[in-house]
Amino acid sequence: MNPSNYLVLSAVLFTIGAMTVLLRRNAVIAFMGVELMLNATNLALVTFSRMNGDLVGQTLAFFVMVVAAAEVVVGLAIIVAIFRTRQSASVDDVNLMKG
Amino acid sequence: MNGFTAPEVAWGALSPVLVVLGAAVVGVLVEAFVPARARRLVQVVLALLALLGALVAVGLLWGGVERTGGTAVLGGSLVVDGPALVCQAVVAVLALLSLLVLADRTRAGQGAIAPSVATVPGSEAERLAREKGLQQTEVYPLVLFATGGMLVFPAAGDLLTLFVALEVLSLPLYLLSGTARERRLLSQEASLKYFLLGAFASAVLLFGVALLYGYSGSLRYADIAAATATPSPLDGLLVLGSVLVLVGLLFKVGAMPFHSWTPDVYQGAPTPVTAFMAACTKVAAVGALLRFVYVVVPGLQWDLAPVLWGVAIVTMVAATVVAMVQTDVKRMLGYSSVAHAGFLLTGVVALDERGVSGTLFYLLAYGVATVGAFAVVSLVRQGRSGGAQLEAADLSAWDGLARRSPVLALAFSVFLLSFAGIPLTGGFLGKFSVFSAAVDGGAWPLALVGVLASAAAAYFYVRVIVRMYFTPPADEALPADEVLLVDDATAGSPSDAATGTGATALGTAGTGTLVAARPAATRTAVATSQGLTAVTVVVCLIGTVLLGVLPQPVLDLVGSAAVFLP
Repeated sequence: MNPSNYLVLSAVLFTIGAMTVLLRRNAVIAFMGVELMLNATNLALVTFSRMNGDLVGQTLAFFVMVVAAAEVVVGLAIIVAIFRTRQSASVDDVNLMKG
Repeated sequence: MNGFTAPEVAWGALSPVLVVLGAAVVGVLVEAFVPARARRLVQVVLALLALLGALVAVGLLWGGVERTGGTAVLGGSLVVDGPALVCQAVVAVLALLSLLVLADRTRAGQGAIAPSVATVPGSEAERLAREKGLQQTEVYPLVLFATGGMLVFPAAGDLLTLFVALEVLSLPLYLLSGTARERRLLSQEASLKYFLLGAFASAVLLFGVALLYGYSGSLRYADIAAATATPSPLDGLLVLGSVLVLVGLLFKVGAMPFHSWTPDVYQGAPTPVTAFMAACTKVAAVGALLRFVYVVVPGLQWDLAPVLWGVAIVTMVAATVVAMVQTDVKRMLGYSSVAHAGFLLTGVVALDERGVSGTLFYLLAYGVATVGAFAVVSLVRQGRSGGAQLEAADLSAWDGLARRSPVLALAFSVFLLSFAGIPLTGGFLGKFSVFSAAVDGGAWPLALVGVLASAAAAYFYVRVIVRMYFTPPADEALPADEVLLVDDATAGSPSDAATGTGATALGTAGTGTLVAARPAATRTAVATSQGLTAVTVVVCLIGTVLLGVLPQPVLDLVGSAAVFLP
């Protein structure tokens, strides 16, 4: 199978992730969109790695996984802190600052 | 199977980064093993020593780099050349200055950081944490981790290092912006906004990295630059990948239209953290942007120049206009920092050697004034004397500050004049050097827009100075809207008498002189610094003036350091 199909899939997943971040109102769902974007990137990296015939892309994919895990730790901590204060994780409610 | 070959590591060239990150790890251990009473002192001393050590290490590397033009360490992952070292030195100095502000809890014991960040604002647990005098000392290792990332960011020689450094500098900042002691709802909101938008921007940058890797088959800047020289059917990947990476970097720089986090986060985060973030992140991100634009994609100038030009012009004009209507001082400084990102971009777009040195000088001048300005903001409070004091966020609370505290008013005026680019301040020479570089590089329309925007920006800087010197202070109590009420309840009473002397909350910072405390209700007051913030204000003041009056040594230094190692 032509590896460029995987690139198309990765671009589609990335776009879905980006749309999720921009359109969904729940902070947890928006954050899942970010994770989808990162994993779409991983798919692209691994595909390019296969096409180029080296391991650089796969190495980078491992780094991305570690970073994504660290981001989950920080992100969920922040979202939980907000939820405990406001009993809501909707990004529309978080609007004290404007202008 | 071959045996394992150990990589060759040039430890010396890595020393600034290693010192800071090593101290950050030690700081985490300090949290676990040092008794609570001594923890804060140990953390502050450790962090200060680490940043001093990084500065010394950069100084030691300087001679060698000036002779040889720089070295690539770890197989090119990290490039130690002139611009990288200048950025590292500036980041270390500015982090040191903002750390002093962060460590200052004022004589009333009302520092910027919440006693326990995990507690729900307004809850019983929070009140208890205040009474027990708890202190969230984890902020110091977090600042060191972020600084470590910022030291790597402008020196990154491949896209993997760039991405990892971006995350190492960003993740601690997301947490730090949520740690404010007062106005905790705003702080948490800033933290969430910064996190969601920051994670989104890193994902965009990462997809750009993947596309560039697919185009060139390598992550090294030098290899990608070599690949751009020959036309290939994959050029679409190159252009799209470069644009996505640039978007990620411009987000960190805070340029429009990727700026939407800047004012909210600057307003909500604890003021010392804002100082750190505004100054150091900008230096690191602009350093990384310079390297990317000058090393990786100069061959793409014709494709990317319209993008960068557009971003620079929109940033300068729109940020200046929006800043004029702000009434919150931190928010105004936030938009001003966005406008400065536009001015810095003119130096980046110039694409000649003077653009690099001009931008580096601008970064230093801007950073010093920024840390100083936020240090002043952290001292000007409103509230009952001796009682809970909130930072004077609204500009109306700054009326007549010069009568209460001439030193602070003078310092703030100098910083604002430097932002505005008035001669005899560092900001003037910074703007002059980036604009003249832009003219030399053929980007004269950008310089023209920049000059006009600076002229317009002078309006809202001077407006604050007029308020401080010529407007009599309002004596009636400030209108307390709902948010303020919530925060007042949250602020509680400063009974965490860890540093004692709660009653002497009024006075001028620089001298520590007490002025008559008025017993009335809500009004502007000046918190007495423990000395650390005063040091920062004075150093930044001297720095800003010296950069404007005797800039030659610094200009020579950045001039000799303006060549990127390919």
